[in-house]
Amino acid sequence: MQQQQPTEIKKSNGKAMIVVKNLCMSFGNNHVLKNFNLRLNSKENLVVLGRSGSGKSVLIKCIIGLLTPDSGEIIVFGNDVGGLSHHELDMLRTEIGFLFQSNALYDSMTVRENLEFPLRRHWFELTQKEVDDMVMEALENVNLGHTAEMMPAELSGGMAKRIALARTMILRPKIILYDEPTTGLDPITAREIEGLILKLHDKYQTSSIIISHDMTCVKNTADRVALLLDGKCYTEGSFEDLKKSEDEHVKQFFE
Amino acid sequence: MDIIAKTRDFLNQTGYIARFTGQLFTLAAKPPYEIKEFLSQCYIIGYRSLPLVALTGFIMGLVLTMQLRPSLVYYGVQSQLPVMVGIAIVREIGPVITALIFAGKIGSSIGAELGSMKVTEQIDAMEVSGTNPYKYLVATRVVAGTLMLPVLTMLADAISLFGAYVGVNISAVTNFRLFFMQILKTLEFGDVLPAFIKTFFFGFAVSIVGCYKGYNSNRGTRGVGNSANTAVVLSSVLIFIIDLLAVQITALLGLN
Repeated sequence: MQQQQPTEIKKSNGKAMIVVKNLCMSFGNNHVLKNFNLRLNSKENLVVLGRSGSGKSVLIKCIIGLLTPDSGEIIVFGNDVGGLSHHELDMLRTEIGFLFQSNALYDSMTVRENLEFPLRRHWFELTQKEVDDMVMEALENVNLGHTAEMMPAELSGGMAKRIALARTMILRPKIILYDEPTTGLDPITAREIEGLILKLHDKYQTSSIIISHDMTCVKNTADRVALLLDGKCYTEGSFEDLKKSEDEHVKQFFE
Repeated sequence: MDIIAKTRDFLNQTGYIARFTGQLFTLAAKPPYEIKEFLSQCYIIGYRSLPLVALTGFIMGLVLTMQLRPSLVYYGVQSQLPVMVGIAIVREIGPVITALIFAGKIGSSIGAELGSMKVTEQIDAMEVSGTNPYKYLVATRVVAGTLMLPVLTMLADAISLFGAYVGVNISAVTNFRLFFMQILKTLEFGDVLPAFIKTFFFGFAVSIVGCYKGYNSNRGTRGVGNSANTAVVLSSVLIFIIDLLAVQITALLGLN
């Protein structure tokens, strides 16, 4: 089993997996990000906290190259995302997992086909048995081994989220970007998803940016929290540090 | 001011469509090719459209014959019925009606499918997994649509002529071989080839419009509905425009 490795992409050899410098992004007159700075360290779970519409999702969509920022730099594994060609960006994306808030499962494919899709397109040398084994391992990781032949429409919200997580992990990415992983789920399922995030983080030694405003999720998953306010990184620190903060803007998230 | 804004909007849209179409010849022409998805689309676009095209083709031939017959009998030239029906079907009615049915079935289906994928972030999911969604979704559908419509039109023409034969036999008994020999003897190279070639353009127009509308869909479920709807309307109009141009070009080349 051999992964097709991007030859053009530099590999991370330092501690920073992602560095965001002076990022600006606007939609018309709505300036969402204004000189935003951020750093994701190796094997770290960084939670970006902020109000709805504050630009959290825009930030990670810029990181993965789905949105093009107005200005600023995004360095992933030492590569400037804005300077990569289509092919180089595609190769870089195989190293980054992205869990969508809406799950974004391919609804015309079964769960198995959803998981096979990235494998078939990037790991060409896999045999059918290896693909089957990897799909089953990914499904077992999220405790949904029995759903392989189901269609996404047949899954509950929590199951769909876990399948989406399994698909995100199947290429063994080094970085995972989670877009509000617990939004819309009941508290029990939300805690299960948090547990899976931590379990997969430990198992595959990933670095993650988790976008959230669910404070329980922030508390349970964050090694470090960055507060996005008015388009800037207002403050950052551990969950406990921010909880003790006397700053009015910070306190309102913890009350 | 309003006219200036509308003109600018129209020019912007034209530019986007041109760039979207141009990508087909740049991005999609480069390997690796999406052969499996292309074959899958040929099956969906071609094979699955066959029953509808066959049924409408048969009815088209039957009705055309039954409508023409009284007029020809009135002028005493009913023996020319197979020739008239044959030329009408092969040159014009077969390609255009099949393309319009194709626009209704495939154009709307592509528009709705891609539109739905767009608003549910499935296209974004494909992109972040390192797959070029334009190559995977658009190029395969456009090439499959461009190649399948001519095949469907040929089949529709054949079934339509059989419908015409049935129509003739409702009022009078006609020999099957004689009926078709009369048609084939009359049809010329200039009747068949331009009609066949224009179906490639019809197929391309329907597929690219469906893909463009779906791929650029927004505003949720209403946007998906609008994409499907405008895909059909715009591609139907384009079919008539292409047909008009094809007739003019054929006349200029002396193939009429």
